[in-house]
Amino acid sequence: MSDKNQVPAIEGWFTDGDAPHLLGSQCSGCSTFFFPKESGYCRNPSCQSGDFKEVELSRIGTIWSFSEHYYKPPAPYIADEPFEPYTIAAVELAEEKLVVLGQMAKGVSHSDLKAGMQVELIVERAYDIDDVEHMMWKWKPVAA
Amino acid sequence: MNKDVAVLGAGMHPWGKWGKNFVEYGIVAANAALKDAGIEWNDVDFVSGAETVRNGYPGYVSGATFAQALGWSGAAVATSYAACASGATAINAARTRILAGMCDVALVIGADTTPKGFLAPNAGERWDDPDWLRFRLMGCTNPTYFALYARRRMELYGATEEDFAAVKVKNSKHGAKNPMARYKKEFTMEEVLGSNMVAEPLRLFEICATSDGAACVVLTSMEYARKHSTNPVRVSGVSTVTPKFPSTVIEMPNMSTDSAYSVQVPDVPFRDSIAAAAYEEAGLGPEDMSLAEVYDLSSALELDWYENIGLCKPGEAERLLRDGDTALGGRIPVNTSGGLASFGEAVPAQAISQVCELVWQLRGQAGDRQVEGAKAGITANQGLFGHGSSVICTR
Repeated sequence: MSDKNQVPAIEGWFTDGDAPHLLGSQCSGCSTFFFPKESGYCRNPSCQSGDFKEVELSRIGTIWSFSEHYYKPPAPYIADEPFEPYTIAAVELAEEKLVVLGQMAKGVSHSDLKAGMQVELIVERAYDIDDVEHMMWKWKPVAA
Repeated sequence: MNKDVAVLGAGMHPWGKWGKNFVEYGIVAANAALKDAGIEWNDVDFVSGAETVRNGYPGYVSGATFAQALGWSGAAVATSYAACASGATAINAARTRILAGMCDVALVIGADTTPKGFLAPNAGERWDDPDWLRFRLMGCTNPTYFALYARRRMELYGATEEDFAAVKVKNSKHGAKNPMARYKKEFTMEEVLGSNMVAEPLRLFEICATSDGAACVVLTSMEYARKHSTNPVRVSGVSTVTPKFPSTVIEMPNMSTDSAYSVQVPDVPFRDSIAAAAYEEAGLGPEDMSLAEVYDLSSALELDWYENIGLCKPGEAERLLRDGDTALGGRIPVNTSGGLASFGEAVPAQAISQVCELVWQLRGQAGDRQVEGAKAGITANQGLFGHGSSVICTR
């Protein structure tokens, strides 16, 4: 843990604590899930609803695919110096039947991963701005 | 009703990295296409520009920018933006206007000047723009998506790094025979596999670069074309479809997919639906094609396209590649131009340049890379934010 002040990198997209969740929305008309949250109009073309409730999405998913990155991306990404490779995974949430991207926890390499592997949601430091740690959701292999 | 229009002329500015104004490239391509068509600029009654978002206001209104540079002639104008699919959208704008009987001769132009390195989102803090957020929040670049699809093929179908490298080797052989290509070097398997890993499992030589370049086609009514050519190439189908809800494959620039919780996934996934719509319009199928130009943003992505445009079933693309079916001289050569592997991407010009290659192949003017007896060809491409793009040409 860190002594620095921490803020979410983006407000209202995920919860904090020991068992964090992504915050999505569910349509009151057709029950479809959305992440990020939908607030205006349901994107199911057969649904006329504009009414949503905020829901916590499943915090366990399975890996659809993944990739480790060896080059520093351009701004607006904020990278540590020296740059360290990071891994991104596309994760299927079985209950909500959707796929969400996220970085893997720091130190997880592509060689640690397989499609179909179970991962859980965590919240970890993404970058600092003015000595404040900005936190993001990430995925981490479920301990066997 | 016959839905064909003629491609009376095709022209390009070679792809490269010169840093000149994009308008210069566009005018070279336009004049080449007009000359090829055997008509004058003043004969054009509609200019259809593909937009570039990296060259300021003149790029946003590229149709008018090109019209002014060629000399204001009073021609009607439109500019289309559909990311990588912009060229096909501009072609379709011209085609529909011709088919509606509202014009006879249309000039479709796309040109770009690109920055070095990764394509980055527009500047400024834009917390409601997924294209900005994906970079900021997780360093999700364009190659991220290409890599996720590539790794998925490895996990699902047993694709190998050698397969991906073999696509690059094949396309570099094609591109070496194309005077318009930026990269004319023939790569070996060892060179590709020895290049730096960028987004595992994809290496530097397997990810398309960003280039400067321009492409232009002159589209006309069949009636007009018959006065200038005995047997013009025809555009027989154009697809600019969007996905159907729920689209559950992760797509650039999104950080998530639709949910299939309450509506079943459509029978035909988005990328399959792109070519399907063009085939349907043309009344043709994959078995009728002599060649294909597909969007190989990465070497691995070309394999996905084999399946998406119906050249084989899902999981069979690697076999097609290994058997040499998609190389020049094979059953259905893919990316005879050299593809993005040899060109690098000049976004608004790329879908138009794919059509230029079909035109030259169908006329028998493709030189050392000629597909013998080519009768029909298909292009396929996809622009971020849900833009399908496919054009079928016949002769």
